[in-house]
Amino acid sequence: MSRIGQMKVGETLPVIGLEPVSRLDLIKYAGASGDFNPIHTIDKEAERAGLPGIIAHGMWTMGNLAKLFTPYLDEGFIETYSIRFKGMVFLGDVISLQAELKEKESDRLIFEVAAVNQDGKRVLSGQVAFSLAIQSFTNK
Amino acid sequence: MLKEMIGRRSEKMKNVIERGAVKKFAEAIGEASPLFTDEEAGKQSVYGRNIAPPTFPVTFDSGSIPGLDLPSKGLIHGEQKYVYTRPLYVGEEIYCWIEVKDYYERTGSFGKMGFLIVVLYGEDKEGELLFSEERVIIINEAARKEMGK
Repeated sequence: MSRIGQMKVGETLPVIGLEPVSRLDLIKYAGASGDFNPIHTIDKEAERAGLPGIIAHGMWTMGNLAKLFTPYLDEGFIETYSIRFKGMVFLGDVISLQAELKEKESDRLIFEVAAVNQDGKRVLSGQVAFSLAIQSFTNK
Repeated sequence: MLKEMIGRRSEKMKNVIERGAVKKFAEAIGEASPLFTDEEAGKQSVYGRNIAPPTFPVTFDSGSIPGLDLPSKGLIHGEQKYVYTRPLYVGEEIYCWIEVKDYYERTGSFGKMGFLIVVLYGEDKEGELLFSEERVIIINEAARKEMGK
């Protein structure tokens, strides 16, 4: 695998395409995260809240988005991760996860990250600072 | 009313990062890397142990702030930001509390919206800060009225 530390500004990480969002995905996330707000799992509650149907937890999508960096965790770690929730994710939506290297410091890489739906709309966007300074707490 | 909450914080709560909870969480976000779940893979990794995914702190118990009773409806999660000094380790104890950092209101196309900024902090046993998680919660007018009752 290519090293993240050798990336050049403007290059992108391999895009991750998620399976269409299913109710089971959201039920599992509700259980794992403890966020049982019913607008994420129960149709009637979503409708009562004025939504056309249940929507994914914003944090489900944000959790997924961080996976872009998992293959490089032997080189560094996610130091800051900031996201703005810009659009809703509905059942059946097909989300792709993207990251582009924007800036390179001596031991830190700044990525612009986004989750984009099947219509090309950015439902989440933000920034990841990936730190390469892991010597102090690893055996590297 | 919400403005008065600025600066208030909860008591520190002890959390243990449980292996089973991390496994369940990793599965729920489709995270298949053994770095989070497999003991041997953790040992072989640069961290020498398993780590938790960066958004795992959503599972932490951070206590509650007296007087801060948010409605269950009419809230929108606007933004979320994590800052880490290092990844969190499976099995370690984290001491967490939340603090109201700010509250302000803005009038936009959806009426007057409230913006509540709540930060969760986590430190280790020695009191060393490991991470913060900042959350922007947008509260609409109807929900604010509900709180005033």
